[in-house]
Amino acid sequence: MMDNVMLAKALAIGIGSIAPALGIGFIGAKAMEAIGRNPEAAGKILVPMLLACAFAEAVAIYALVIAFSIK
Amino acid sequence: MAETHSTSTGIENNKSQSEASHDTSSSATGHEELVHEHTLFAEPIFELGPLTVTNSLLTSWIAVCIILVIGLAFRAQLRAVPKKLQNIVEMVMEKFLEIFDAVTGSRKQSIKLAPFVMSFFVLILINNWLGLIPGVGSIGQVVMHDGHKTFIPFLRGGTADLNTTLALASIAVVASHIFGVVAVGAWTYLNKFINIKAIAEIPKKFLKDPTIIIVNPIKAFVGLIEIIGEVAKVASLSFRLFGNIFAGEVLLASMAAIIAFAVPIPFMFLEIIVGLIQALIFAILVLIYVSISTTAEEH
Repeated sequence: MMDNVMLAKALAIGIGSIAPALGIGFIGAKAMEAIGRNPEAAGKILVPMLLACAFAEAVAIYALVIAFSIK
Repeated sequence: MAETHSTSTGIENNKSQSEASHDTSSSATGHEELVHEHTLFAEPIFELGPLTVTNSLLTSWIAVCIILVIGLAFRAQLRAVPKKLQNIVEMVMEKFLEIFDAVTGSRKQSIKLAPFVMSFFVLILINNWLGLIPGVGSIGQVVMHDGHKTFIPFLRGGTADLNTTLALASIAVVASHIFGVVAVGAWTYLNKFINIKAIAEIPKKFLKDPTIIIVNPIKAFVGLIEIIGEVAKVASLSFRLFGNIFAGEVLLASMAAIIAFAVPIPFMFLEIIVGLIQALIFAILVLIYVSISTTAEEH
């Protein structure tokens, strides 16, 4: 029984963090590309990039909260 | 001193958990282990009449006191030609207004909304960073709970409690509606949710375009979906902040439990950055919600 709970927790956070990781990777890559093309726009890109990262990261955080709340 | 205490309890926690998973009978009959669990909820410390004071609430009050003291001391020495601290604050404020301009589109609007948004930012930032100070979460008392000894810290990061973040998010979303009503008027604002205007228009335009009798009733109730969006706003704002800060505290504690020396330090820096970024993101999202609701809807 205890092993099942630990497995469920591990699966919840493990599977739940795949997509956000990919998402943040894409966001970072595109932001780098944009800064590379137009270095003066770095300041303008930073804030929307952080916002998009926060939205992507939030999904992983939801998975984490679920993982903690599995009893 | 505080850190060694936290690590030792962390290791004991691991030990007691592994014992519990492998051999439940020995922990029940053997001598009591000290349990130090990271709970999702804040633990009550004492009661103030009908109000139960939890350790997160206590930390929030300390944060409020810090802000109050700094604010009052700062106000006493404001001058037209800035000195030391005022210089730094003005520089930071200028940067923030630049970021706000990118969202609101005009400096006038930014200055109008800045006090509201910045108070969220400062309160959340102080709360996030208070949770990282040694002693918060590691100094506490041992109480008997459900037959075994449980360690309850006196202080716990204010934003590491869902109640705090839920309250902040609710205040932000409700305030955005109030600002919306004040800015564009109650009638225009409420039409965003239930579009009575669209129904009122039917008799006027019916002769010109008969399909309006089907289209406009649908238009009237499409806005109801926005209400679900409002609930989602509260949920996402509060869960994001709570999850990040709580996860950070658990990460630091488990890092300290695995290897006690030097290794947790980079994670400490990571958490300082996370605390700053989460406060910034909360503030900017609040600004976005407020500035969306204060601009009249156009078609």
